[in-house]
Amino acid sequence: MQEIHNLMGGFAVALSWFNLMLMLAGITLGVIIGVLPGLGGANGVAILLPLTFSMAQQPGGATSAIILLSCIYWGALFGGAITSILFNIPGEPWSVATTFDGYPLGQKGRAGAALTAAFTSSFFGALVGVLMITFLSPIVARFALQFGPPEFFSVYLLTFCAFVGMSRGSPFKTIASMMLGFALAAVGIDTVTGQLRLTFGLEVLLKGFDFLIAVIGLFGIGEILLTLEEGLEFKGTRARLNMKVVLETWKELPRYWKTSLRGAAVGCLMGIVPGGATPASFMSYGIAKKMSRDGEKFGTGVVEGVVAPETAAHAAGTSALLPMITLGVPGSPTAAVLLGGLLIWGLQPGPLLFTEKPDFVWGLIASMYLGNIVGLIVVLTCVPLFAAILRVPFAIIMPVIMVICAIGAYTVHNSMFDVWLMLIFGAMGYVFKKLDYPLAPLVLALVLGDNAENAFRQSMLLSQGDMRIFFSNALVGSITALSLLLLFWPLISKVIELARGKKLRPPPTEE
Amino acid sequence: MQEGNRDKAIGSVRAWEVVVAACFLVFGAIVVWDSQRLGARWGDEGPQAGYFPFYIGIFIIVSAAMILYNAITSGAKGRKPFVMWEQLRTILVVMVPSVLYVALMENPWLSMGMYVPSALFIAFFMRFLGKYGWLRIAAVSIGTTVAFFVMFEIWFKVPLPKGPLEAAFGFA
Repeated sequence: MQEIHNLMGGFAVALSWFNLMLMLAGITLGVIIGVLPGLGGANGVAILLPLTFSMAQQPGGATSAIILLSCIYWGALFGGAITSILFNIPGEPWSVATTFDGYPLGQKGRAGAALTAAFTSSFFGALVGVLMITFLSPIVARFALQFGPPEFFSVYLLTFCAFVGMSRGSPFKTIASMMLGFALAAVGIDTVTGQLRLTFGLEVLLKGFDFLIAVIGLFGIGEILLTLEEGLEFKGTRARLNMKVVLETWKELPRYWKTSLRGAAVGCLMGIVPGGATPASFMSYGIAKKMSRDGEKFGTGVVEGVVAPETAAHAAGTSALLPMITLGVPGSPTAAVLLGGLLIWGLQPGPLLFTEKPDFVWGLIASMYLGNIVGLIVVLTCVPLFAAILRVPFAIIMPVIMVICAIGAYTVHNSMFDVWLMLIFGAMGYVFKKLDYPLAPLVLALVLGDNAENAFRQSMLLSQGDMRIFFSNALVGSITALSLLLLFWPLISKVIELARGKKLRPPPTEE
Repeated sequence: MQEGNRDKAIGSVRAWEVVVAACFLVFGAIVVWDSQRLGARWGDEGPQAGYFPFYIGIFIIVSAAMILYNAITSGAKGRKPFVMWEQLRTILVVMVPSVLYVALMENPWLSMGMYVPSALFIAFFMRFLGKYGWLRIAAVSIGTTVAFFVMFEIWFKVPLPKGPLEAAFGFA
């Protein structure tokens, strides 16, 4: 097996003392970021990205840098569960389903069991996701080597149509938010013709909008403003997590192996599709509720109700990296930020990465295994410490987070204008969130806008403006058809419901 | 939120939906107009610079129109308050100082750099929201800022903007 051989090479890269220290630092930082309001995986990584510039310049440094950043991502995923269970605050959208049973468990005095179950099933989900990446990504990459511009554009199209098809809110808001991202990506110098687009003679707009600023503003400042609305204090359950509770819960967990496997399967399938982690966690919770013998007890605080969404969310969060490294198409905002990092370090994500930089790719994949093991140990042993962070008074933690965001925004391009932009994006993020405009499509469109446009232009050049090029062979045709199906899915599902004579159900509201 | 009768709602969800959709409409129109100016057709060497953004603008206008229609025809949901005055007040308490904070960093009169405004910003909230004593305020705000200074300037060698105070200590 070539993959096993490559993976061993990857372990040789990842298993240096320096990289292990980075993993530990990354995970710890990630959990803290995941626990704090206003700092999530995406903008946490975005803020720290500029700090890796100099690290990535050294030989082998790019691998160390991606290990640090991806471990922050794993840590943030773990951290989301802590706030959900102890404080009923989902740190990330995909932790929402964890609060359904996690918080009641905490209220019953079984917070320790809930946390252990959450961490262990997160670990299991991630492991399944990494296994899939290990064996599937070389195949996908080899396959994608034959892709031309039309194929790439159809993959981009699929990415964006998936957002429309999978969103639970208004499809028009998803489209509007996504197109805003594309329009912002177009601002600045057009790379093909050299003409200035949408700059209106303003010099500051020449460089265009950097998506890192958008991420820090929308997810950071916007989130802080939303938290402020809820009031200035966090009321939470105390966490006690000792070895006895951990071992007892571990004894209980094998009973839910079916739920775990289903959750991991749902997560892996949905994770490859952009925006999949949140629906995956809800779907897994829903399926577990239907299939479990204790189904009617769900929502009152059962361990199985924590296992289901956590496994799926972590499996999805991990497999979101598969399209990122193989195709250069990120599946989530955090994956998009990591992709941005790769580009800044001078690596071109996509099928060629596997042949040109095998050390980097396999080092990253090996670090996913190690990072999650390190992560499980860190979170199981340090929960009280992390929960204590949320007890730091808001009057201190809030301004410090604002300062961190401002510094992060400045360091992206050493530009003061970006700090102002961050504030504007923050206010925008607040209003968008209040009105249920999804933010992830905006960020992804901002990241992929130029690539998508180039793929589109090259395809158009190939076909001399004939749109039928996107149906010119079986491969590109089926991807395009699938995209269109997803795009019109909200409409199709309504028609199906009408045909069945059911009354239209109101769409499920957020949270 | 404590005193329900004094707590006014600032606009309904519907009103804000309409405002945001209108902003999208205007933005879409700007994108379409600018793309037309650049040329949104098929040029001599293939698609012109405005070819792709033109359709983006069209999509924005169409979806904004649909959002507008949905907002106007929305029933009870649209009458819900968008934000309560008490909530907005807390948000302004953060946003206004934040704007001042960024303005302090760089302005035509006295640019103070990143660090001094950061310390002032933290101190302001500790005093205003947390009602801490000055000693603790000084310890936390100066301590945090110095930690950032060491981390960025010395450890990671990422220079941040500096003002007269840093210059007085010999860091330019």
